[in-house]
Amino acid sequence: MGVAIEVQNLNAWFGKFHALQDIQMTVEPSKATAIIGPSGCGKSTYVRCLNRMHETIPDARVKGDVKVGDLEVYGNGTAAVDVRRRIGMVFQKPNPFPTMTIFDNVAAGLKLNGFRNRVELEEVVERSLRLAALWEEVKDVLRKKSGASLSGGQQQRLCIARALAVEPEVLLMDEPASALDPISTGKIEELIFQLKEHYTVVIVTHNMQQAARVADFTGFFLMGKLIEFDKTEKIFTNPSDKRTEDYVTGRFG
Amino acid sequence: MAQKPHLSIYRRLTNQLASVAAAASAVLVLVPLMAIFGYLLYKGFGSINLAFLTHTPKPVGEPGGGMANAIVGSGFILFIASLLGVPLGIGAGIYMSEYGKNRYSTYVRFTADVLNGVPSIVIGIAAYSLVVLKQGHFSALAGGVALGIMMIPTIARTTEEMLLMVPYAVREAALGLGIPQWRSTLSIALRTARSGVITGVMLAFARVAGETAPLIFTAFGNQFWNLNPNQPTAALPLQVYVYAISPFDEWHRQAWAGALILIVLIVIAVSVVRFATRRGSFAGSH
Repeated sequence: MGVAIEVQNLNAWFGKFHALQDIQMTVEPSKATAIIGPSGCGKSTYVRCLNRMHETIPDARVKGDVKVGDLEVYGNGTAAVDVRRRIGMVFQKPNPFPTMTIFDNVAAGLKLNGFRNRVELEEVVERSLRLAALWEEVKDVLRKKSGASLSGGQQQRLCIARALAVEPEVLLMDEPASALDPISTGKIEELIFQLKEHYTVVIVTHNMQQAARVADFTGFFLMGKLIEFDKTEKIFTNPSDKRTEDYVTGRFG
Repeated sequence: MAQKPHLSIYRRLTNQLASVAAAASAVLVLVPLMAIFGYLLYKGFGSINLAFLTHTPKPVGEPGGGMANAIVGSGFILFIASLLGVPLGIGAGIYMSEYGKNRYSTYVRFTADVLNGVPSIVIGIAAYSLVVLKQGHFSALAGGVALGIMMIPTIARTTEEMLLMVPYAVREAALGLGIPQWRSTLSIALRTARSGVITGVMLAFARVAGETAPLIFTAFGNQFWNLNPNQPTAALPLQVYVYAISPFDEWHRQAWAGALILIVLIVIAVSVVRFATRRGSFAGSH
């Protein structure tokens, strides 16, 4: 089951640039939450702060509290690798491990964290690929083809399967469909719809229609600030803030 | 194919000139290699027989005998060299590319480049004072240390270059899965860069396999079988050198044969490693 995410007073910097300012947000468990906003508003930075990927960039800094379920993400004694195991991430460009087979790609997260039970590994790989709606297309070539030999849309679903295989509680998706064609995008959106039954999904998107289609809640970011966060319908039909309205009606951004 | 567009005479001429120049350079690159190999075949092939490959050298004046001990000795010394040079070289390469955003790695990189330019005889002297003087006698170990040191810079620099070519997105994917960095470096980045790293290792291996100077006062050479790392050991290039400067025709012929065998064995070793490591890989990757 998905868990809730509590964000309090979250600030993030790249060197001296204050990229996120005092973000407060409560993400509902087992729901899809979309993060929208113009380029450079901090939406990618925001989700990368949730699983401590932000700090992997040189000179990047974070301050604030993030609680995912009972896990204090920035708590003393919380290891970044443990956070990332519980909070999966799918990136903008599909990034399968190029020299690994499809099977090894999905199994990588478990194998490289010391998981050795082969029978169980088979099951996990199949389950993850089914969840990512890729199983039927690749079940005959699991160990014959490399992850890099799949089409872009398949690669992205492979990356989703890879993230699901470590059984996270939250799935973060950073513009997962922006590099894909409309048909692949449709498949990913359908997938998000199913995934949110089991996971808390946070999806960054450039595409407002996409947010409207898949998300239960939507947050609008502008210049490092969370301007408005509410039910998706409310954001798109009756936003409280003028800036949100301007953005969703296409007046800027 | 569409109709050939009309080109001016000037364009056609420059085009042909460039193609011919490129082809000529390609041929010129192959000529020395082919010439050397052909000459070795011509001079040495006649002296290769079963005895040459299975016997130890005979005393001067006695016909026959071979370089079997030198062939095996070379393999043995190269094995010791690889045990030292491959892990150290790859380790240094990993350090420079993955952890080396500091001044210290600039020193390592600079040292590697300088080491690459140090004459091999100097490396031999270093191994002599490091191992031979300490042990009190020549040994295969000393030869291995000398050649191993020579392998390090090539392997380190190619490993670094190849790792730097692994896209950041791939490392990011590994981090996002909660894989610790050391694990991601070894199992993801190094694995992705594998074929390039192996090329570097083979390059270093082939280069030191033919080295003579650093072995003169380390492995020293031996007329008999030896597989004890603490004893002087024969090596093909060394044997070729000793035979080539001798005044005996029979030894000269054997030196040619030895040189030919050395080249053939290097080609075989490199091909076997390439083949063996390619099989682990599969279509669609490289």
